Amino acid sequence: MNSIIKLSGVRTVFDEKVVHESINMSVPKGSIYGILGPSGCGKTTLLREMVMLQEFHGGDIEVLGHKLKNISYKDAMELRRGWGVLFQYGALFSSLNLRDNIALPLVEYSDLSEAMIDEIVAFKINIVGLRAEDAYLFPSQISGGMKKKAGLARALAMDPKLLFLDEPTSGLDPISAREFDSLIVKLRDLLGLTIVMVSHDLRSIYDTLDHVAIIDNKEVVYEGNLDNIFSVENQFIQTFFSGMKR
Amino acid sequence: MNYSSFKIIHLDNGLTLKFRGELTLYNLMRYKKEIDKTEFSKEKSVVIDLLELSFLDSAGSIFLNNLQKKLELNGSSVEIECQNRDVFDMLELIRSQKATLQKIAKKPKRDPIEKIGEKSYKTYLNFVYFMAFIGELFTHKLRYLISYKNIRFKEIAFEMNECAIKALGIIALTSFLIGVVIAYQSAYQLKLYGANIFIVDMLGLSILRELSPLITAIVIAGRSGSAFTAQIGAMKITQELDAMQTMGFDPYRFLVVPKIVALMITMPILIFVSDIMAIIGGMVVANLDLEITVDMFLDRFNEVINIKHFIVGIIKGPFFAFLIAAIAIYQGLLVKDDTQSIGFNTTKSVVESIFAVIICDAIFSIAFTNLGI
Repeated sequence: MNSIIKLSGVRTVFDEKVVHESINMSVPKGSIYGILGPSGCGKTTLLREMVMLQEFHGGDIEVLGHKLKNISYKDAMELRRGWGVLFQYGALFSSLNLRDNIALPLVEYSDLSEAMIDEIVAFKINIVGLRAEDAYLFPSQISGGMKKKAGLARALAMDPKLLFLDEPTSGLDPISAREFDSLIVKLRDLLGLTIVMVSHDLRSIYDTLDHVAIIDNKEVVYEGNLDNIFSVENQFIQTFFSGMKR
Repeated sequence: MNYSSFKIIHLDNGLTLKFRGELTLYNLMRYKKEIDKTEFSKEKSVVIDLLELSFLDSAGSIFLNNLQKKLELNGSSVEIECQNRDVFDMLELIRSQKATLQKIAKKPKRDPIEKIGEKSYKTYLNFVYFMAFIGELFTHKLRYLISYKNIRFKEIAFEMNECAIKALGIIALTSFLIGVVIAYQSAYQLKLYGANIFIVDMLGLSILRELSPLITAIVIAGRSGSAFTAQIGAMKITQELDAMQTMGFDPYRFLVVPKIVALMITMPILIFVSDIMAIIGGMVVANLDLEITVDMFLDRFNEVINIKHFIVGIIKGPFFAFLIAAIAIYQGLLVKDDTQSIGFNTTKSVVESIFAVIICDAIFSIAFTNLGI
């Protein structure tokens, strides 16, 4: 199996508190991979560790063939261009309009002409389902769902191979949430992305994910596809997925 | 492993553009320059050879799509040769998207007169809204002070500590230095006329009536005014104000009124401290430079400085405090849902409250002079 991200024995400690004891998981190429678990189990922390926003205290994480421990500055920068991250609330830059938000990585990292950038931005805006006339709105003028779509367009600006989503459907109404789910699947199929996401939304989990890792009690208690989820005896899995059991 | 390359091959019956390796937004512009230099108009047929292309991103695909369209407009026939599945999919994706793609219209430019008009209207509206805010404060919100149980003593005490007690040091130091500077500058002039003792009159009048209240107000506007704006602005962004409202806590009662009251109570005290320190500063210089002993200074002070000058200075305190707090809080409530506006409104709050304090001081000056105080 060709894996894009590999975590081996990752340990995280906050002050005295151990968040992850030893996390092992691997994300296969081209999959939509979900990190699930009860709240406070450190899902978002794990995601932040993968995108180098946070230090981990043991083990190793390998992303796109780079080991994150002691990574050189040059490799880190290359890695940062090779992935896209969508934050929970979009985290669009509030002083820039949507067009400039999406164009920012292109302007900074490439020598493309203004006209070319405009076309790329128009393409990204179109593909995430925003309208062209939204391009000059500022983040404070748009709804939460649009912010997420714009955040996604920005994450896709550099055509990354790998996309991280932090609770992509939280705070969206069910219709927008389902729309967003199908958008994620569509993008994976169109652009051949590998997607890693943290989610709490059961519908979204069943509709989008091919692989899941369930974290509980500082360990991965289950990794694999959703069909065999009940093969593991675990309090969280029983309660969380019981709604979907027939 | 940078094996990407691009070649233009001239054949008898046309041109071949041969791309190898990767075509991405990193190497795109280099190839584009070469292509732009080439004369295509005479060519009957152009072949875009992607057989050895291993990777194509969306920027590259858009570029190829545009190139093909441009060539076809010129009347050449274009053929794309491609075997790689991924590259082909990317080309197809752009082609299908292009059909539904709307161009982003350029932002319309506005002429300067329109901008001036908009700006003046906004300034006018700003003033009207501020008046509305003051009006609401007086008609609706000050009633929180009428009934005893509605007064938030804890909040008021907290604010008094935050914006007055903690500011004592900086106000004392600033005032002392201002006293020193004023005395030092005037000592030189007074010595010329041998009018050494008049330094007491000069310092007493200027410091008690004008300088102390103004210095205190300016320090407080910079220190507490900005803090009020930033705090309330941040609370607005994180929707804390909305949360308070939905729980039935009037933010005016919890945040606005306590801040205003606390500042109005403490401002006269701060001015008093500032008076003392500035006079001490002056006294030190008078002693060292003009040989006026502390006893002489205080005797003369007692003789020539009427109590009314002190009271005039102190009376200004609550007015200045009200202006500073009201403007700071108003600006905080104006903060919009983005991080930049906190900085913008904080700046505005400080500038406007200092301006308002100076205007208010001028009005007091005229009024007191006409009243003969």
